[in-house]
Amino acid sequence: MQIVTCIKQVPDTTQVKIDPVKGTLIREGVPSIINPFDAHALEESLRLKDKYGFKVTAISMGPPSAEVTLRNAIALGVDNVILLSDRVFGGADTLATSMVLATAIKKLNEEDEVVLVLCGKQTIDGDTAQVGPGIATRLKYQQLTSVDHIENVDLKNRTITVRCKFEGRYEILNSCFPAMIAVLREINRPRYPTVPMRLMSQDYKVTVWDNKVMQMNENEIGLKGSATAVRRIFSPDRAMGQILGGDDVQDPEEAARMLINKLISKNLISLQ
Amino acid sequence: MTAQVTIFAIVFAVAVIFFLWSCWQRFSLVALGLPDNRIDRIGLRIWNMLLYAFGQKRVVAGKYPFGWNHFVFFWCFLILLIANTEFLFHGLFPDIIALSKLPEGLYHALALIFDVVSLLALIAVIIAISRRLWFAPKYIEAKTVDAFVILGLVATLMIAFFSLHGSGIALGEEAAAAWMPISSFVATLFRDLPAVTLANVKLIFWWVHAFALLGFLCYLPYSKHMHILTSIPNCFFKSIDKVNTQTPEVFKKDNVYGAGRVDRMRWKDLFDSYSCTECGRCTDNCPAANTGKELNPRLVIHDIKINLLHNGKLIKQGKAPELSLIGGGKEGSIKEDAIWACTTCGACMEVCPVSIEHVPKLVYMRRDLVEMQAKFPDELLSLFENLENRSNPWGIIPAERSRWVAEVNAPSFEKDKTEYLFYTGCAGSLDTRNKRNTEAIARILNAAGVSWGTFGKDEKCCGDSARRLGNEYLFDRMARENIRMMQEAGVKKIIVECPHGYNTIKNDYKQFGADFEVIHHAELILQLIESGKLQLKNKADAGKIIFHDSCYLGRYNGIFDQPRKLIEKATGKAPMEMDRRRETSFCCGAGGGRMWMEETEGTRINIARVTEAMKSDPDTICVCCPYCVTMMEDGLTDIKASDKVKVIEISELVEKAIK
Ligand SMILES: Cc1cc2nc3c(=O)[nH]c(=O)nc-3n(C[C@H](O)[C@H](O)[C@H](O)COP(=O)(O)OP(=O)(O)OC[C@H]3O[C@@H](n4cnc5c(N)ncnc54)[C@H](O)[C@@H]3O)c2cc1C
Ligand code: SF4
Ligand code: SF4
Repeated sequence: MQIVTCIKQVPDTTQVKIDPVKGTLIREGVPSIINPFDAHALEESLRLKDKYGFKVTAISMGPPSAEVTLRNAIALGVDNVILLSDRVFGGADTLATSMVLATAIKKLNEEDEVVLVLCGKQTIDGDTAQVGPGIATRLKYQQLTSVDHIENVDLKNRTITVRCKFEGRYEILNSCFPAMIAVLREINRPRYPTVPMRLMSQDYKVTVWDNKVMQMNENEIGLKGSATAVRRIFSPDRAMGQILGGDDVQDPEEAARMLINKLISKNLISLQ
Repeated sequence: MTAQVTIFAIVFAVAVIFFLWSCWQRFSLVALGLPDNRIDRIGLRIWNMLLYAFGQKRVVAGKYPFGWNHFVFFWCFLILLIANTEFLFHGLFPDIIALSKLPEGLYHALALIFDVVSLLALIAVIIAISRRLWFAPKYIEAKTVDAFVILGLVATLMIAFFSLHGSGIALGEEAAAAWMPISSFVATLFRDLPAVTLANVKLIFWWVHAFALLGFLCYLPYSKHMHILTSIPNCFFKSIDKVNTQTPEVFKKDNVYGAGRVDRMRWKDLFDSYSCTECGRCTDNCPAANTGKELNPRLVIHDIKINLLHNGKLIKQGKAPELSLIGGGKEGSIKEDAIWACTTCGACMEVCPVSIEHVPKLVYMRRDLVEMQAKFPDELLSLFENLENRSNPWGIIPAERSRWVAEVNAPSFEKDKTEYLFYTGCAGSLDTRNKRNTEAIARILNAAGVSWGTFGKDEKCCGDSARRLGNEYLFDRMARENIRMMQEAGVKKIIVECPHGYNTIKNDYKQFGADFEVIHHAELILQLIESGKLQLKNKADAGKIIFHDSCYLGRYNGIFDQPRKLIEKATGKAPMEMDRRRETSFCCGAGGGRMWMEETEGTRINIARVTEAMKSDPDTICVCCPYCVTMMEDGLTDIKASDKVKVIEISELVEKAIK
């Protein structure tokens, strides 16, 4: 029985700027990191491995450079990693992305039964939160989203119980296998790689599946297989911020008074 | 051969064989440690041995008057070593070896010396026993059986010595009686005894003396007094340079990192554990131990010894150790909380009379936790990730590093043109409060016409915290990257603002082939003033100033006088001094990566330090380190004194004087 964890390499978006003229992201010199949510998905799958003995496979669709992210997953203790990389996969939207990931999971299922697919809730670059549910839909798996705690796994009855966190409420859900679980960052605290594992991962040969291996229909993948297209990316105009008082005001009460007066004068709050 | 000689020869042989066997059992375990070159620069080593062991330099230093008692003890012991050797061999070969066979002058002189020294030793024992019983300081474990057994044996030995010689004199058998005032006095007590009884008394005390002496010998290797055997060589093997760095590791497949087992320490670390006198001075000076943390440096050394003795045999046989070195719960195992509590301030190493090196041992154990087990306090996860991904502790976007430059005229470092690289460090370039120091330094350098430049946003973290926290793998990468960058840019001289960066670039990077001329801004600014390049236009006024030594500048690198002189030049007055200052200064609490960790156990170290400063009623606490700035300011805020007392970095003080 294995768990497949989907991880995406993303640019460190806090360092990404948008080119105002071209409307594209300036990625030069911006370091790539594992999507933070996926780091938690990875950790959770490793905890399930430690507790129940699952095999864990991490997969990622992306350019060859995404290999680094998968290597780091190896350093953390993942058993197997596969990079889904081919020029024809490029330009994919959430539909085409989930098609490729779902096909890969199907292939993995043929080797060793996949009972759980773990995803992050969303990425920090695309931000759609659609890929996980997309995979579940394509594979006809149960889908459990916004999971902040895994309560129990019952291997005998092949079920999993999770807690989902929503606005103002929690839901405890029980689901049969196979299921896709999209996790929140609160679910755990990721581990840190040991040095021997890091060194081992440096020589690890990452398996790459291109479309020769995947044998997918060109109309289902990449740009062609995408149902949506990005028309424009821009940062909305934002008025300049203003510093009240600055270093001259040391007393917090005085600073608060200045702020309240300012807000009142702008008719944003009133004392009535 | 008389029956007495035969019996003694047997007892002597058994005792000596037992002693040698015990020594072999114990000392052979030291070879289990990792290699460490401690036999270079022999001349200096011999000098250290004379100074620290025979001169007892640290034993009598500082605020420890009882150290003089040990001084007396030590020298009495050495002198009586001759007397006792003579005693043993005289016992074995009574007809061949005897003091009285020496030339008369020498014989009389030795008789006098041994007699007087034995009395001194007896007095020293009485003082030591009284101290343990009635004036014991809290940093030692005073009432241990071990201590009283040893003191008791020494006292017995001395009493037996006087009784033996006293009865001999009373019998008229002692040729040098006139030269033995104390024994002669004892003889007057025996005066009225008949000759037969006297002979028996003499015989009995001869055997008491013999058994006390051989008992002492046999007991030594099992007692804390093993230091009698080890401390002299330990002073020979002591680190010649200041212990301000740790041994690098080789990152290769199948290697093991850090000291998760006692045999993963260097052999000198193991020998250190045998040399501990359990004097407790390390603990007495430890900021962690003094503020209620789990850490007790004396016990760390003790636990390493117990662990080695417990596991040594198994390890020798190639088996896994039974008692874990890290974990705690038992004697011989060290708690993780203790290992993490160390600020690496070095106070323990500075006062240890036998120059035991605590910090490397603690760092090697941290390495095991971080590198082999990935087990560390929660706060460190983001620290390590931030250092790795963004090369600063906070995870601030690297581009922000050059923001301070906008405030002053700060040039970029240019190859073959700029003389000094100004390395600001993370706090100096990213922390709002500490950017003020950086700006002050920049203005001072400009005013003095120094040729300097920075790496701006390309500057990277030096890696000090990573190394002290045991993340040597990360440090290794950061160090190599920095050195490569600096060498490629043609950097030769570096001004460092942060004492941690100063120590790292100066001492740690040396291990990676770096050879830069590193100078702290306090040193450089003083030079600029003294050479007339920097003109002080007026006297800086910051009220009554008290100076706080930074551990990494002072203890780690011996920079004590320069900042003090600088304060005097800038203000016209020498600063006030703390009770604990210079070599025995008290840490602010931020070193060793503690800056990035919560301090929940006990009381806060920075509060202890500002409270100490407040005793002198200062207006300003002057420091030389951005971490100290933060810690002192936070401490003052916590004790609600920040309105009254300000913290000033030395560069800010000088800046006031050049305006
Ligand atoms: C610069 C930029 C340009 C883009 N251009 C286009 C475009 O031209 N046309 C278009 O249709 N869309 C475009 N997209 C959107 C792109 O389709 C999405 O980034 C992608 O489909 C994944 O969706 P998401 O990032 O929102 O993932 P989410 O749905 O938010 O991710 C949820 C989870 O799914 C998993 N996951 C997501 N992606 C992967 C992956 N690649 N490999 C493994 N696991 C994954 C992870 O576990 C993740 O946490 C663009 C996005 C960006 C940032
Ligand atoms: S280095 Fe400082 S904190 Fe660490 S054990 Fe020694 S005295 Fe204590
Ligand atoms: S380590 Fe040094 S200072 Fe500490 S108890 Fe032992 S001998 Fe004394």
